[in-house]
Amino acid sequence: MNSWQPTATNDALKFRAYVLSNIRNFFYNRGVLEMDVPLLGKTGVTDPFIDCFELNVNGETRYLQSSPEYFMKRLLASGSGPIYFLGKAFRAGEISSKHQPEFTLLEWYRLDFDDNQLMKEIADLMKMLKVSTSYQSIRYADLFKKYVRVNPHEACLEDLQKIASTVSDVSFFGEDRSVCLDLIFSMCIEPQLPKGLIFIYDYPACQSALAKQKKDHEGNYVAQRFELYLDNLELANGYVELIDPDEHITRFAKDQFIREKLGKKIIPLDNNLLDSLKYGLPACAGVAIGIDRLIMKLMDLNDISKVMSFSYTGVHSDND
Amino acid sequence: MSNYSTNEFRSGLKVILDGDPCSILENEFVKPGKGQAFSRVRLRNLKSGRVWDKTFKSGESLEGADVTECDMQYLYNDGDYWHFMEPDTFNQHQADKKVIGDTRLWLREQDIVMVTLYNGSPLLITPANHVELEIIDTDPGLKGDTAQGGTKPATLSTGAIIKVPLFLNIGEVVKVDTRTGEYISRA
Repeated sequence: MNSWQPTATNDALKFRAYVLSNIRNFFYNRGVLEMDVPLLGKTGVTDPFIDCFELNVNGETRYLQSSPEYFMKRLLASGSGPIYFLGKAFRAGEISSKHQPEFTLLEWYRLDFDDNQLMKEIADLMKMLKVSTSYQSIRYADLFKKYVRVNPHEACLEDLQKIASTVSDVSFFGEDRSVCLDLIFSMCIEPQLPKGLIFIYDYPACQSALAKQKKDHEGNYVAQRFELYLDNLELANGYVELIDPDEHITRFAKDQFIREKLGKKIIPLDNNLLDSLKYGLPACAGVAIGIDRLIMKLMDLNDISKVMSFSYTGVHSDND
Repeated sequence: MSNYSTNEFRSGLKVILDGDPCSILENEFVKPGKGQAFSRVRLRNLKSGRVWDKTFKSGESLEGADVTECDMQYLYNDGDYWHFMEPDTFNQHQADKKVIGDTRLWLREQDIVMVTLYNGSPLLITPANHVELEIIDTDPGLKGDTAQGGTKPATLSTGAIIKVPLFLNIGEVVKVDTRTGEYISRA
């Protein structure tokens, strides 16, 4: 293989084109419109653990979008109706066999959907793409109870720090709740998830991001957020979207506080987004799916580079 | 030495962990989509040889360890120290009993070995995978017993005791695998 050549085989690229066109058909048939929103934005996300590339465009700072979320929410507020985006997203600092700094994201929003309805629609898409005809749904708390014997919503911080320190063999004392939960999830739960399509729902309130919150049947506040896994690989992240503008400001401020604590750059708040929220984001649910990972899984490959025409890291396909 | 952040961790990088020099064997990037990223790191403690699995938050850093590897000639043992020489510069280094450990069983004067230096002093001596050593003591050989699979203990010139086939005699030279301490063939 020469370095000028694609990182994917022609077969993989053909299959990729087939998957992308099937996705577009799926949404066309359901009356969901494609919106190719900009990749350059005046601000990036405030998420403490997502870093945007910052560019100088004609003397002004611009950010390559880590997801089309903010632009899509402005469209929804202005009355677009149900919409999807299928295109590139960018994340700085994420490189592995499952991460590339530039990757393909499918994101869509449905008006008046709750998490169950959206999970059902994702399952329909997965069925159409021949990923799987069946799926399971498991509560985040039930996974912790099963694999770690602890209720993630009720356990005290010290107990979570203790478990995290034991499984990592590094001290996690001093870390916050969310970091400990992420560590325990990544080390003790993700590798043990059952095979096939698994929706994990009712995330801890401290990991709400921009999802609405509710009380679960045990009386704990949880995020109306879910993730989709396929054979232990994280594929998608969805929310019943938060629409309250004041609560948005509170969440953004919390993010900025954590960013500051981590010594990360403070990202300016997106005033256009905030104004659109004040104008009124309709009740909706939204989800984003990593398309390179999905295609990699469908082709039974082990590196997303092998399904990208020219991956950033340039790992060559085996071509066999 | 400078510090290395988790995103600079590569296989072969030498760092200090819990006060000991370690070599990074593997580093896997793990990240829940919205959450904290981690590095699952496998390291070998170069002092104890133990392999550690540790998971760090991405962005944490470890101090680099001044560890270099160099081929040297084994010169002699003065009773307390084993002496080695860099063939190009003729610089000499000495290693004590603790550093030498069981490696002494495979050291023949003049042989080239790999010496791992930590802050300029030998930390680890790695002999060649195969060495040829003379049998200095064993029960008499049984003639015509080359087909039988039996073995007997034999003491080699370095003091190592290994199992050899029955037909071998004192004075013969054998090839030994230093990683397993097993007889390979007659030299």
